[in-house]
Amino acid sequence: MHNEYISDLTPNLPFPVHFSIQNILFLLVALAGFGLFVWQIRKVRANILVGRDRDMSGNVSERLNKTLLVAFGQQKMFKRITPALLHLIVYVGFIVINIEVIEIMIDGLFGTHRALSFLGPLYSLLVGTNEVLGALVIVAVIAFWWRRNVGVVRRFTGPELRMWPKMDANIILYVEVILMAALFTMNAADLKMHQLEGVDLPGAFPISSLLTGLLPDNVDALHILERVGWWAHIIGILCFLNYLPSSKHFHIIMAFPNVYYSRLVPQGQFSNVDSITHEVKAMMDPSYQVPAPATNPDGSAMAPTPFGAKDVDDLAWTNLLNAYSCTECGRCTSVCPANITGKLLSPRKIIMDTRDRVEEKYNSPLIFQPNLYGTEAKHAEQEVLDKDSHTLLRGYVTPEELWACTTCNACVEACPVNINPLESIIEMRRFLVLEESAAPNSLNVMFSNIENNGAPWAFSPSDRFNWADDLHVAEKAVQA
Amino acid sequence: MAEQTATRQINVPLMSNLAAAGEEPEILFWVGCAGAFDDRYKRVTRAFVRILEHANVKYAVLGMEETCTGDPAKRAGNEFLFQMQAMQNITTFEGYGIKKIVTACPHCFNTIKNEYPALGGNYEVIHHSTFLQQLINEGRVGVAGGGEFKGQRITFHDSCYLGRANNIYEAPRDVLAALDADLVEMKRSKANGLCCGAGGAQMWKEPEPGKKDINVERTEEALAALDGNAAALNNMLGVESGNAGATPVPRNSQQGSIIAVSCPFCMTMMSDGVKNKERENNVQVFDIAELIATAEGLNA
Repeated sequence: MHNEYISDLTPNLPFPVHFSIQNILFLLVALAGFGLFVWQIRKVRANILVGRDRDMSGNVSERLNKTLLVAFGQQKMFKRITPALLHLIVYVGFIVINIEVIEIMIDGLFGTHRALSFLGPLYSLLVGTNEVLGALVIVAVIAFWWRRNVGVVRRFTGPELRMWPKMDANIILYVEVILMAALFTMNAADLKMHQLEGVDLPGAFPISSLLTGLLPDNVDALHILERVGWWAHIIGILCFLNYLPSSKHFHIIMAFPNVYYSRLVPQGQFSNVDSITHEVKAMMDPSYQVPAPATNPDGSAMAPTPFGAKDVDDLAWTNLLNAYSCTECGRCTSVCPANITGKLLSPRKIIMDTRDRVEEKYNSPLIFQPNLYGTEAKHAEQEVLDKDSHTLLRGYVTPEELWACTTCNACVEACPVNINPLESIIEMRRFLVLEESAAPNSLNVMFSNIENNGAPWAFSPSDRFNWADDLHVAEKAVQA
Repeated sequence: MAEQTATRQINVPLMSNLAAAGEEPEILFWVGCAGAFDDRYKRVTRAFVRILEHANVKYAVLGMEETCTGDPAKRAGNEFLFQMQAMQNITTFEGYGIKKIVTACPHCFNTIKNEYPALGGNYEVIHHSTFLQQLINEGRVGVAGGGEFKGQRITFHDSCYLGRANNIYEAPRDVLAALDADLVEMKRSKANGLCCGAGGAQMWKEPEPGKKDINVERTEEALAALDGNAAALNNMLGVESGNAGATPVPRNSQQGSIIAVSCPFCMTMMSDGVKNKERENNVQVFDIAELIATAEGLNA
């Protein structure tokens, strides 16, 4: 049993090898786990690519630099120090503890035991660090749970954060605790087993050594516990991996490409609609040659794309990548002036709706619980969602939400992973105005003022220079 | 030697006249619709022109050749109208060979600087806060001793289209620093600044249903900073830490104090907010150009 691992030394390898049925089982489980994940990722990629094309190539060094700072370096998290530190613990824990997954893979495939232990002191450092981080992760997760369920962090409330999103957030926290518990069960049982046998176990176990007293004194029972911990840890990781595409926790992967592909231009610069530029130029200069419309591979003209966005496939692929990168932390909504003052707009909801809609219309994840909270309208006066239209605009996002936006960029500034809710809001406003002429009346008045008077107010253009009338300046004349 | 103050009438130079005379200005002063039509912001335009005259800046304006940049149309989703306006203005700029544009409106600033290039209009565009900062740094505007604002409590409200949109936070603060005033920061300032509520074409429509108007929320924050209750307000708001707002010492709220702005829409919204809180008697809203013109003794 257990002593096979330590007695079966193979001289030519740095670690003892012992094959059993467990290794075949592990291979199958690992293949299934990773295979399922790759299959899911391909579906997510296809969903993102239904978005409109947008060239985000080039500027590689600037983009990598930003990814290092914002994604790897968690730069924007540190605007709020308490959650930033808690998150840093879990983030570093995730990265370092996953180094151990390499060892789990080797042990699992080759029947070795603690395959990396040949690293000696470095191994002790790794295992010891893992133990400390594991304990800190549990502490941080408890703090997160408290902030979310008991404490009064306002951004964890809100109508879009009920039902599945609320449950999802807690599932993530519970799974993280289970994974850490499995790690400690494995280590503590292994340690005690070796202690009872009077054999040294490579590695350092600052936390597990405190837990051995809780375990039985029976070597066989300990061995079973060690195996249960080991299998629970790896199966937990594989399940969690495959849970990600259904969850907000997907951000642990998607944040990196999302930051890499985020905009480099000033936040105040809104995108230009090139198709309109051609029309306007042709209007102003009859000799202007409008480029021929794009054609399908068979040479037929492509269906014209609408101005702005009615549904997810009218948004750019980067907007859909945004939706998959959102961890629903609500920093955007907590700084949104419209939301702060009680309007229906919540930038987080726009992003969550986008993901729900693209998953409804195209590939759905394994667990699909779209957050159509419109069934329980927050305000009595809320415009009723049009369930029949089944589009992002009106099916999920109401014009009332869109018109409440002040385009102040606070949400964009706040997002730790550079999601840009404002782009999607403007695209949907464009659809409302250019395709449906459905702007609020007062804005239509503003439009016609600009058209007729060259100013958004109803002033006569001939009065435009009146401000300069009878203008004087005081001058200090120095007299001898 | 004795100093005597005289007043001089300003004939604001029109670009068309300069071009006819074969002259080229140092800058084109883009007035903007609010600067030309809004009674309150016309005073800012006039204050800025006084500063330009005082500092001997060779400037010109377009007068009736100016038309809306298209900013409110674009933010409201009317891309077609925006581009029509933009093309018209670019044609005017190109006709005069304009290279450098200064404006007191962050919305015009952002639009011309960031959105005209895609339509073929490339200019050096400077917001008046940056331009005033340059004039002060070059010694062309002195504000020696801070003028009449020395020691007065002032808080600066960041315009979204100057701040987050274009990362200009220090220029207006540097300008205010020349006044030697008692500058206090609001809890939410600079990159964390709260919008006045007028951006994104909200200026021209009623707000959606909610529990409060945005300008009232922001004015309360400004008043808390001016009155020295920022710490109490922070607790009330539950704003998480990490905001670089200075905590001012308590102060008698009856003393006059100032909310400084650098945007015509912020001017309207903050002024309305002060009225809403019934504090017009001791809190005034001024553009930074007005404060500099007054401190420099240019009003006539």
